[in-house]
Amino acid sequence: MAALNLARLITAAADVIAAHAEELTALDQAIGDGDHGLNMKRGFEAVRAEAEAFSAKPLPEALKVIGTKLVMTVGGASGPLFGTLFLTLGKEISAEPDRANLTTAFGKAIEAVAARGKSQVGQKTMLDVLQPVHDALLHGKTAPEIADTADAAAAATVPMKALRGRASFLGDRSIGHMDPGARSTALLVRIVAQTIGESA
Amino acid sequence: MSNVGIVIVSHSPLVAEGTADMVRQMVGDEVPLAWCGGNGHGGLGTNVEAIMGAIDKAWSEAGVAILVDLGGAETNSEMAVEMIGEPRSQKIIVCNAPIVEGAVMAATEASGGASLREVVATAHELSPS
Repeated sequence: MAALNLARLITAAADVIAAHAEELTALDQAIGDGDHGLNMKRGFEAVRAEAEAFSAKPLPEALKVIGTKLVMTVGGASGPLFGTLFLTLGKEISAEPDRANLTTAFGKAIEAVAARGKSQVGQKTMLDVLQPVHDALLHGKTAPEIADTADAAAAATVPMKALRGRASFLGDRSIGHMDPGARSTALLVRIVAQTIGESA
Repeated sequence: MSNVGIVIVSHSPLVAEGTADMVRQMVGDEVPLAWCGGNGHGGLGTNVEAIMGAIDKAWSEAGVAILVDLGGAETNSEMAVEMIGEPRSQKIIVCNAPIVEGAVMAATEASGGASLREVVATAHELSPS
């Protein structure tokens, strides 16, 4: 895997979150408290503001400071969940990861998110995108295939009944809506896959 | 102060402050008490930085019990405890209890000099699971 242009990745991620902020908020208004788009945008803009300083650090350190920034700025339940994802990735990844190291680190990060949210796959959460993406990584899928896997996994949360988070209060009424966290996760996976794919 | 401290974390600053008022009415100044609520940008929500600040304010060597309302308050509180780190994190517990009743009962228990474990157990008795 060639060196990752982290500054470009941060900018691209902040761009995609900003472009989809209203869509994420609309999804969250349907089954949650309606702040997901705004919260994610605030967090990724805060990371964007420090893109240069963050990307000058070795990859593990950079991921940790991104995670901490997201924890402090996103708010809601998404702040600690996305923050934990990046913090754990930073803890587990090597400075120049190959696919095997990335896959292992990503698996650990998913476990940490599941523990933080006291959740598991199948409960209509971001885990329902993260786990299939991990499986795709494990099975040697290409970057575009991984991005498509993430989109399909987010779409697959539509018929699910929410069992965690604010959406679980709605019970059966959560069925028929895409989980906002699954959608934002899929958006980010596509950007990462594209950026890594281009530099590979 | 040697009594266990109480932290109240709500999505709404009004709920958090109102709950703290009720605690003060019960226990006066016998218990270190702090509250936080809101997303830090004028809206409903919770944020880790404010929770860490509230824990500092209510800090007691006997420990701190945190009472929360909805899921995000719990997740953010657990994140705040982790970011505070050891050794202090060993003495901070996020309670599984209704926020108002839990805070009043926990503070009443704490005002008698109970241990953190006893304070948390009193709050947990209010929760069915």
